Amino acid sequence: MEPVALPARKWESDPSFGHNRGRQAPHVDTFLQQLINGLTLGSVYAIVALGYTMVYGIIQLINFAHGEVVMIGAMVAYSVIVGLVGAKVALPPLAIVLIGLVTAIPVCMAVGYTLERVAYRPLRRAPRLAPLITAIGLSIILQHLAMIIWSRNPLPYPQIVQTVPYHLTDSPNGATITNVQIAIIGGSFAMMGGLLALVYRTKLGIAMRATSQNQAVAGLMGIDIDRVIAVTFVIGAALGAVAGVMVGSYYGVAHYQMGFLLGLKAFSAAVLGGIGNLAGAMLGGVLLGMIEALGAGYVGELTNLCQLSDWSTTIAERCETDPNLTLFGSNYQDVFAFIVLIAVLVFRPSGLLGERVSDRA
Amino acid sequence: MHAFFDTRKHPELVWVGIVVVAMTLTALPFALAGVGTAWVRITNSAILYVFLALGLNIVVGFAGLLDLGYIAFYAVGAYTYALLASPHFNIHLPFWIVLPIGAGIACLFGALLGAPTLKLRGDYLAIVTLGFGEIIRIFLNNLSQPVNITNGPQGITLIDPFRIGGFNFKTSQTIVGLDFTGPIKYYYFLLIVLIAVIVINLRLQNSRLGRAWEAVREDEIAARAMGINTRNVKLLAFAMGASFGGLAGGMFSAIQGFISPESFILVESINVVAMVVLGGMGNVWGVILGALLLSFMPEILRYTVGPIQEQLFGRMLLEPEVIRMLLFGFALVLMMLFRPAGILPSALRKRELESVVRQKYE
Amino acid sequence: MSDAALLAAEGITKRFGGVQALADVGFAIRPGEIYGLIGPNGAGKTTLFNVLTGIYPHDGGTFIFDGAPLSGLKPNQVAERGIARTFQNIRLFANLSAVENVMVGRHVRTHATVFGAIFRNARTRAEEKGIERRSYELLEYVGVHKRANDLAKHLAYGDQRRLEIARALATEPKLLALDEPAAGMNATETTTLKQLLQNIRRDGTTILLIEHDMKLVMSVCDRVLVLDYGKKIAEGPAADVQKNPKVIEAYLGGDVAEHLKGAAA
Repeated sequence: MEPVALPARKWESDPSFGHNRGRQAPHVDTFLQQLINGLTLGSVYAIVALGYTMVYGIIQLINFAHGEVVMIGAMVAYSVIVGLVGAKVALPPLAIVLIGLVTAIPVCMAVGYTLERVAYRPLRRAPRLAPLITAIGLSIILQHLAMIIWSRNPLPYPQIVQTVPYHLTDSPNGATITNVQIAIIGGSFAMMGGLLALVYRTKLGIAMRATSQNQAVAGLMGIDIDRVIAVTFVIGAALGAVAGVMVGSYYGVAHYQMGFLLGLKAFSAAVLGGIGNLAGAMLGGVLLGMIEALGAGYVGELTNLCQLSDWSTTIAERCETDPNLTLFGSNYQDVFAFIVLIAVLVFRPSGLLGERVSDRA
Repeated sequence: MHAFFDTRKHPELVWVGIVVVAMTLTALPFALAGVGTAWVRITNSAILYVFLALGLNIVVGFAGLLDLGYIAFYAVGAYTYALLASPHFNIHLPFWIVLPIGAGIACLFGALLGAPTLKLRGDYLAIVTLGFGEIIRIFLNNLSQPVNITNGPQGITLIDPFRIGGFNFKTSQTIVGLDFTGPIKYYYFLLIVLIAVIVINLRLQNSRLGRAWEAVREDEIAARAMGINTRNVKLLAFAMGASFGGLAGGMFSAIQGFISPESFILVESINVVAMVVLGGMGNVWGVILGALLLSFMPEILRYTVGPIQEQLFGRMLLEPEVIRMLLFGFALVLMMLFRPAGILPSALRKRELESVVRQKYE
Repeated sequence: MSDAALLAAEGITKRFGGVQALADVGFAIRPGEIYGLIGPNGAGKTTLFNVLTGIYPHDGGTFIFDGAPLSGLKPNQVAERGIARTFQNIRLFANLSAVENVMVGRHVRTHATVFGAIFRNARTRAEEKGIERRSYELLEYVGVHKRANDLAKHLAYGDQRRLEIARALATEPKLLALDEPAAGMNATETTTLKQLLQNIRRDGTTILLIEHDMKLVMSVCDRVLVLDYGKKIAEGPAADVQKNPKVIEAYLGGDVAEHLKGAAA
């Protein structure tokens, strides 16, 4: 077995930390490369978005603390992986990651279940804002508990699985896809497939769909509503755990605040696809990932004021010293998700695949 | 004894009460300064939080619209002041011009955000405002390139204090034998604004507009069927809340003398929401109490939790900041579960009928 | 028709997906009458209310109210034009007091702005006083003045129904549209309600009434419109409609109606 070493502090020296690790200098294959990076990111968004959309579909509430579940997943797996690596357990790297994952899933399921019991079940008949506020409270509690347990610093995820890039074109500088990316994309799609099968092919799935249509009637038909809703939270949390481990391994870092932005983006993805709609969450996630990757890849180029050098001598002068006089650089990457969210809500609140939701008279 | 405090039998007691409160508030900064000037500063910042909480209360408490990015308006007001009254652009406008401009720009931002999003259902609005708050912060952090507007993460320094003619709010001076430090001067300024803000809030709530907000909060469809233009009314709540935030931001800027995007992070928005929820949504006095409690809490924690931990464990296990955040979290959860109306649930406003009508009905 | 109709509907059509909720419905309500709207459950009565008051847009047809069309108006504009309504499943402002509920109804007939609210000038104060006085009067009018300072949600069911009527009346409607006001009321309450409806009409407000309590409809309505599956199947004086075989069929089902006809013959 290969010796595994912690690539310590890699995240500190890497200027692209926190953004897309796979981003490269612009070249002919930028588009293809960003598409692949976007697809990877988007697959993760998609499975987090599924958690939001399932809960929304069944009780029409936003599970604000879902992002924190993802964070807990990443953290728990981190501890397990670091523990196993530190103990020099003679296992292949992939097995170690899988053990981390398998530990994280039940922990997250328990967190998801607790969320439902504490924040949502007692307030099912309360005004809509009440459970949202409780969920914000729980989100703060989870974040700070995580901070107490795992420290306030970013934790370097052990890069024990060797990253192997595969060239997609003949050019040696061409776009590549790594084995980690393949695993993330493949794993995400497999889980989406599994979830669809669960919802549309099993008795539990029928109960879930019935409950989402009409809770009272489903209850009268002998469905245990409380159980179905709890199960929905738990399944969403399990998906979140997997997403957490994926994000951790892809970016090589875990942090107690990582769930916030990720959750917000995944929620945007769910809204983009049509909240409450499973296929919509997947589509929205993948699309949002691509929008972000392509946006981050091109926004600097597109808003480079040096293109206007012919029009203004001031600009031309400045461009001689600084050829990258960009209005918006890739540091605006996080803005894209919000702009997409606001645009969708304004122009097509039902999302791409969703039905229009409106209050009834 | 009980009858003695019955204000209906002794209306003059109301005035006695007002005089006592007024004297206490007037003497307060000197008493605090005796303990330490820091406490005057802390009180000033608590009053700023009261402004924020009251502004947000218009949006959340009166109109029932959850705004999770409220701090963005505070930021807009603060940066407006900083840019128009500092060496950064070498513009030095007087505060009584810049404060209204800041409030106005924040109001405009509120309307810009509200116009397209207010038709959304409450929980969507919450998320969109959250996103908006982050967008503002990201822009503040990055608008130093290619033209330096906000000076990025370093923020803006040397912001002008309030000045009226030769009277400078920042410097200490002795008036009638009393030592008026900068924070004490600001305290009195804030106190006067605070009284105005409270009066405005109470009057707004108890007006045609305030009832329309509450109607929208209770049942939007019924409100519309009663002839209320819910879209305009909500937009107005949003814009008014935003201008209060902007106003508070301007004062923050001047009092601090330095601002950076760090001051306008999401936690601050949540902080203000917690104040409103804890005090009791829609209840002006409750919200004030909530804001005061939560803004003094970290200071009290700093002086209690730290030493207690040192005593018990010989070192600091949990920083006061972490405990504060955990308490916020638990406060939000427990309040919603067990006391959704807040610590001071709004007493039903008993309407006193005009005497003629009252005789007829009693 | 001698005098112009207060509300004239023509060819009103509304579809929800594949369901035809209203098909070519037309009627005319004269000023000062109590006009009943009846039909079996799901006949489209509430849909007609929602379309009339602008909550849903309609797919076809026109409403002419008080000489001008209502098409495209939002619910608040409809209220401003003079149509006020109540809801089948009571929609009061639960956490406002009874009198405040009625005061909200005065919104559309008053004018105070933000500045008025903040500065409390003489005009605003006078307006506020007027709002308060009128609201108490209306509470007394419908008979819930003793509960004026109670939260709407703490009122008894029958009181809530009457409070909703007071709130609607506060908008000074020309047409008051009531959606099942007697639902859930006992016999005594229904009798009081009947008196209230007659008083409202006497005081000059026209009433459009959806009601399942046939006794109330027959005793209080001048004319009645019967809907079934979104279609108008009868219209006319209450007594005539009651005998209309189509109406009996709609209510009792075809077989029973046939049977009754046979028995009568």
